[in-house]
Amino acid sequence: MAIDRIERTAKQIVLTVQDYSLFAWRAFLNLYHPPIYWPEFLVQADIIGVGSLSIVVLSGLSTGGVLALQSAATLSAFGATAITGQFVSLTMIRELGPVLTGVMVSGRNASSMASELGSMVVTEQIDAMRALGVDPMRKLVTPRIFSTICMLFFLTIVADACGILGGGLVTVFMNHQNGPQYFAMAWEHLRFPDIFQGLVKPLFFGYILASIGCFYGMRTTGGTQGVGRSTIKAVVVASVLIIFVDFLITQLLLALFAGWM
Amino acid sequence: MDVNPTFDAREQDTAPAAEAGAVLAFRNVSIAFDGPPVLEDVSFSVAPGETRVLLGPAGVGKSVLLKMAIGLLRPDQGSVRLFGDDISRMPEEQLFSLRSRTGMVFQEGALFDSLTVRDNVAYQLIQERVPDDEIDARVLKALSFVDLEETVNLFPASLSGGMKRRVAIARAFIRQPELLLYDSPTGGLDPVTSTTIIELIVKERDVYRTPSLLVTHRLQDAFTLCTHRFDQELGKMVPLPKGQTDPNTTFLMLEEGRLIFSGSLHELLHTPNPFVREFLE
Repeated sequence: MAIDRIERTAKQIVLTVQDYSLFAWRAFLNLYHPPIYWPEFLVQADIIGVGSLSIVVLSGLSTGGVLALQSAATLSAFGATAITGQFVSLTMIRELGPVLTGVMVSGRNASSMASELGSMVVTEQIDAMRALGVDPMRKLVTPRIFSTICMLFFLTIVADACGILGGGLVTVFMNHQNGPQYFAMAWEHLRFPDIFQGLVKPLFFGYILASIGCFYGMRTTGGTQGVGRSTIKAVVVASVLIIFVDFLITQLLLALFAGWM
Repeated sequence: MDVNPTFDAREQDTAPAAEAGAVLAFRNVSIAFDGPPVLEDVSFSVAPGETRVLLGPAGVGKSVLLKMAIGLLRPDQGSVRLFGDDISRMPEEQLFSLRSRTGMVFQEGALFDSLTVRDNVAYQLIQERVPDDEIDARVLKALSFVDLEETVNLFPASLSGGMKRRVAIARAFIRQPELLLYDSPTGGLDPVTSTTIIELIVKERDVYRTPSLLVTHRLQDAFTLCTHRFDQELGKMVPLPKGQTDPNTTFLMLEEGRLIFSGSLHELLHTPNPFVREFLE
């Protein structure tokens, strides 16, 4: 009995992974064949990018500030408070900027995509779209995925900048240290691999969070309760996958840039 | 299971002949979803100019059948021919152009929440990049057909259930489709609003003669369709003379996924099939 249940669950997981892979691949291929709904890309870029700006700015400022507070306390024990700027900028650009932005945007947009598309499925709007001769994958999914990739890239840059600024504000006004020194250290110790890492990650995270949000939305069954379940799954799976993929990419890039570091 | 003898004669033996010029033809279609079959060995066709009313209690597979008619669901066995093309295994990409020649009214209307009535009704035209002036003219014409011109700039959330169905009807036939599918168009509506919707369907049938397949579990609606016609001079639905029925409106009945009846109103009322009799009573 227990083995049966394990077997069923394992098959279900494999099937879901297979369905997701096909779904994500199809969404990607749609970019290379018309029709491509460019106005939808702009609408989604506005909703995802501009709409998420405030949470990214606030979380970036706070995280940078916390990093400066925590690091200053530890670094002062070694008389190394001067490198607070370097510490904050490297941490934000390499790791916290992309991951934090990915998770924040995932909480806002993967959930919104799953619930919006899920509601459309249960109210037969997706079927109506297909009946009207329009492919919902092209019209709804592909624009969301590629707008998210594009906007997450820029949002990460904003988060990095806000994080460094937040760290600077804490350094100057709370830790009473030298501001120019903080920003000089933050800038001077940045190397190409750091920037590269920080800008490659959001491309993957954007693809993950949008494709997972759309995937669970389009698979919704079971009425309004099903929409709730899809939303939860989308946020949880997207957030966990972002953190897991971050680990893989970091490993890969550290190995790739071993000579630079 | 007793099967109506009329049904056997009309559908099973002459099916290939009937399919030849049919707009829509189901041939031995079966489908299941993780359990017993929802539809089993279903065969019927819809001829040009014909209106077929699919009856049956809730949960017998009526909506599934309707979705299979335009390839929204694929049969496990058998074939579905739409405008002469077998769509059972046709790739989704090719299906879009075929589907755009049909119009479907969904159970709850299935209007797009984020679009105005104008954009809902004009959805296909907008995708085809028809000029705005032409879109506006055609939307107004379609909305005047369902008597809802004043709603053109409203969003679906501000419409009543009956108004949503009427907008859905306008959306379904704005491009003058070659086949219309109605999925319980009066489901959940009050009797007065239901009659308004049925009047629109009778109007569409008698003015444009578009072949259609209508799913319902409401006998009252099915009988009204068959015993009324649309008088274009009076601009309203009027009853046919006593004893007369619309010759192009016929009935199908499903029971637990199997087609157990196909025929005219007269045949329906006189069938010996106990399930049909129970349903009628």
